[in-house]
Amino acid sequence: MSDTPVLKTVNLGINFGGLKAVDDFNIEIMQGELVGLIGPNGAGKTTVFNLLTGVYAPTEGDIFISGKRVNGLKPHQFVAEGIARTFQNIRLFKQMSVIDNVKIACDQSIKYKLGGGLLHSKLYWDEEQRVHEKALELLKLFNLDTKADFVASNLPYGQQRKLEIARALATDMKILLLDEPAAGMNPVETAELLDSINMIRDKFGIAILLIEHDMSLVMNVCERITVIDYGRTIARGLPSEVSNNPDVIAAYLGTDD
Amino acid sequence: MAVFVQQLLNGLKIGSVYALVALGYTMVYGIIKLINFAHGDFIMVGAYTLVFTIPLMVASGMPAWTAVIFAVVACVAVGVGVEKVAYKPVREKGNRMSALITAVAMSLFLENLAQVLFGASPKTVSNIFKISNITVGGVTLNGNTIITIIIGVVVMLVLQAFVQNTKMGRAMRAVSEDREASILAGIKVNQTITLTFAIGSGLAAIASLMYCAAYPQAMPTMGSMLGLKAFVAAVLGGIGIVPGAMIGGLVIGLVESLSKAYLTTLTGGVLTSAFSDAIVFGILIVVLLIKPAGILGKDVGEKV
Amino acid sequence: MIIPNIQRKAKNPLVNLIGIIVAFAVLVILVRTGVVSTYISGILMTICISIIMATSLNIATGFLGQIALGHCGFMAIGAYTSALITKAMANSNILVGAGAPNFFRFLIAIIIGGALAAIFGMLVGIPALRLKGDYLAIITLGFGEIIRVVIQNLKFCGGNGLSQGAAGQALVGISRISNIYVVYWITVVCVFLMYCFVRSRYGRALMAIREDDVSSGATGLNVTYYKVLAFTFSAFFAGIAGGIFAHYIGSLSINNFTFMKSVEYVIMVVFGGMGSLTGSIVAGGILSALPEALRRFAEYRMLVYSIALIVVVIFKPTGLLGTREFSLTNVLSRFFGKGKAEIKDGGQDE
Repeated sequence: MSDTPVLKTVNLGINFGGLKAVDDFNIEIMQGELVGLIGPNGAGKTTVFNLLTGVYAPTEGDIFISGKRVNGLKPHQFVAEGIARTFQNIRLFKQMSVIDNVKIACDQSIKYKLGGGLLHSKLYWDEEQRVHEKALELLKLFNLDTKADFVASNLPYGQQRKLEIARALATDMKILLLDEPAAGMNPVETAELLDSINMIRDKFGIAILLIEHDMSLVMNVCERITVIDYGRTIARGLPSEVSNNPDVIAAYLGTDD
Repeated sequence: MAVFVQQLLNGLKIGSVYALVALGYTMVYGIIKLINFAHGDFIMVGAYTLVFTIPLMVASGMPAWTAVIFAVVACVAVGVGVEKVAYKPVREKGNRMSALITAVAMSLFLENLAQVLFGASPKTVSNIFKISNITVGGVTLNGNTIITIIIGVVVMLVLQAFVQNTKMGRAMRAVSEDREASILAGIKVNQTITLTFAIGSGLAAIASLMYCAAYPQAMPTMGSMLGLKAFVAAVLGGIGIVPGAMIGGLVIGLVESLSKAYLTTLTGGVLTSAFSDAIVFGILIVVLLIKPAGILGKDVGEKV
Repeated sequence: MIIPNIQRKAKNPLVNLIGIIVAFAVLVILVRTGVVSTYISGILMTICISIIMATSLNIATGFLGQIALGHCGFMAIGAYTSALITKAMANSNILVGAGAPNFFRFLIAIIIGGALAAIFGMLVGIPALRLKGDYLAIITLGFGEIIRVVIQNLKFCGGNGLSQGAAGQALVGISRISNIYVVYWITVVCVFLMYCFVRSRYGRALMAIREDDVSSGATGLNVTYYKVLAFTFSAFFAGIAGGIFAHYIGSLSINNFTFMKSVEYVIMVVFGGMGSLTGSIVAGGILSALPEALRRFAEYRMLVYSIALIVVVIFKPTGLLGTREFSLTNVLSRFFGKGKAEIKDGGQDE
C-alpha cells in the first residue's frame, strides 16, 4: 500500500455565477478507506461529486488522483484515472439489458479497434467473451446474474441501485463515489446495501467515498467523516467526534428537512 | 447610399415577416418544447386563403386586405387542429423524438395536401395594398414596404403587451417556465397550449398577408424555406423569448437582404447572392455552437 | 456457474450467408432469363440505394438517437465526388471498358465519394457534441441545405459557377456503370459492416449515449469520440449510396438531394423501427418499391406517407420491428420446430 492518497483535493471550489457552491474543500482518501461526506440538503455534496468526476471543472483548487493532477479532464478521463461513481437519482441505461449496462463500463479495457469491430475479428470474439464473463461475475456479486438479459428499467428499485454499483465497479476504479446509495430504500434493502458496500471494499480493496444526508447511516460504516454545509467544510474526523460537534448539530437542526 | 437605404428597408420588410413567423415558433417551443415544423406551412395556408378570398372581399366593395380575417380564421383552425389531432396524443406519450417526427410529418402532410388540392404551380395573389411610393430626401420608398414594416412593429408591440400584462399572457409564461407547477397553481395547461397555437397561427396569417403583399404568389412549398429561416431567427434571438424572436427576425431579414445585394462585391466575386440561404444557415450553426441560448437567452446547464 | 460462449450463442452467420447467396443466384437467373428487365433492375438498384441510406441513417437516428434531417447532403457529396472522379478517369482513359476496368473505376470512385462524405459527416458530428434533439436536427438540416446551395453553384458540378449565381444545371455524361450484380454485393457488404458495427462496443456505446450521455461519460465512454464516429460512419455509407445513385441515373441534379428526400429516409427508419437495421432494410425496400407499383397514385404518395408516419408515431412509435433484428436463423429454427435458437444466458438458478 503506497503513501499517496488515492484521492486528494486542495482548496477545491466552484463558482456558479457568483454563488460559491463549494468552497475550500480539502479531503484525502487512502486506499481501502471508507469515508463519508455528509451535510444537510443543498449543502453541496453532489456538486463535490460532480467536481471529482469531471462533470464540472473547478474554478479554484486542484484534484489529484493517485498523485496525478486531473483538473480540466473530461469525465471519461477521470474514469481512466480510476474514479467511478453512482448517481443520486439512478442513471442507468434504462432501455439496455442489465448485462449491457455493465459491459458499457468495461469499454476502456476493450482492446479491439474499429477494424476488429467491423469485421468481427478473432480479437473481437475474445474480448467480447472476456467482457461477457467479467460482467456476469460482477452481476453475480449482487445476485443479478440471473437477470442479465432483463431490460434495466424493469428491475426493482433496490436492484437498480445495485446494478449501478456493479456498473461502476466494472470500470476497474481505485476509488468509488456513492451518491446517497440508500436513498429511497427500506431498512431491509439498506442493510443489504451496507453489506454489499463492505463486501466490495474487502474484495476489491478500493477506497469509497460515500455521500449521505442521513447521519446515522454513515456513523456505522465510515471510518472518517467530512461534514459540509453551504459549500464549506464545517467538521471532519471520526464519527464519534463529528456527531458531537456543535457546528454539525446546529447545521442539522437548523436546516434539516 | 440610396441603394443601401433601399436594401435596408427591404431587409426590415422581410425581417418583420420572419419576426412574426418566428414568434409562432418561439411561443410554441417555449410552451411545449417542440419545433413546430408545420408552422411555416401555416403561412401557405394563409396565402391560399388570400388567393381565394381577396376577390370575394373586393367584389363586395371591401378593401383587399380585409381578407386577412379569413386567413386568420383558416390558420387558427389549422393550427389548433394540428395541435389537437397530432401533437397532443404524441406529447402525452412523452417522447421528444416522436414529437419532432410528427411535426415533420405534419409539415409534409400540409404541403402535399395543398399540392393535391391546388396543384404544384403558383397561384397569383391579387394586389393587396394600393399605396403609392413615397419619396423622402431623394430616396423613393416603396409603399408596400413601409406598410409591411409598420404592421409588423404594431403586431409585435401588441403581442408583447399581451404576454406581459394580461392574465392569459401570464399563464402562457408560467406554463413555459414550469408546466407541473402551473398545474398546481390552477392554470389550465391544455387550454393555454391551445391558445398559444391559436395566437401563433394567427400571427402566421398576418405574416402571410405581409409576405403576399411583397411576393404575390401562393405555392404548396412556399412555407418551408420561409419557416426554416424564421426558425433560425427564433433560435438566433433566443428560443422561447418574445422580444428575441423580433430581434432575430429583423437580423435575419437584414443579413439576407444585404448579403443578396453586397455579397458579390464584398467577397470579390467568390460568393454570390445565391449563397444568402447558405449564410442564414451558417449563422444558425455558429450561434448554436457559440451561444446556444441565443442573443437574449440565458445558458442553463443540465442538472446532474 | 456455467458461462456460455457468446460466439456459439451468436446466430449462425453461415445461414445468413447462404440466404444471401441464394438470393443472388435467384437474381442472376431472373436477369438471364429476362424476367428482370432493365426497368426492374433499375427499381432493384433504387431499393439497394434506399437500404444503404436507411440503415446508415439508422446509426445516427436509431442507435445514437439523434434525428438527422440532412442525410441527403452526404449522399449528394458522394454522388458528385464519385461522378466527377469517374468522368475524369474516363477523360484520361484510365480503367475504361466493360467488365473489370469499369468495375474498379466505379469502386474507386464510390469509396472516395464515401470518404469525402465521411469528412463532412465529421463536421456535422462536432455540433452534435454540444447539442442534441431538436437543435441538432435543425443543424443537420442546415448543413444539408448549405451543401445543396454550394454544390448548386460550383461550376464543375454543373452549376453556373460561384461568380454567376442563379440555379445550377445538371451534371451530365456520367458513365452508367452501376450494375445490379455489383450493387447487390456492395449493399451486402455495407449492411454487413454496419451490422458488425452495431453489434460491437461501438453500437453498445452509441446506445448508452442515447440513453444517458452523462452516465456514459461517468462510466468511461469518450462521448465526443463516439458521437463524431457515429456521424462520420453514417455519412460514409450515405456517400457510397450517392455514388451508386450517380452511376445508375447518369446525370445529377441537386433537386435529387433536397430536404424532402432526406425526410423520406427518416420515414423509412421510423417505419422499420429506430434501432433495427433489418427493420430499415425491410422498410427501405418496401417504401422504395411501392411508388413504382402505385404509379397511378403518385401524387398522393407523400400525402399517404405523411399520414402513415403520424399514425405510426402515435400508435406504434417503435415501428415495424422496434429494436429487434430479424434473423433467418430464428425463422428457420422456428420453422423446423426447434424452438428458439438463442441460448438463454445468465447461468444456473440459485
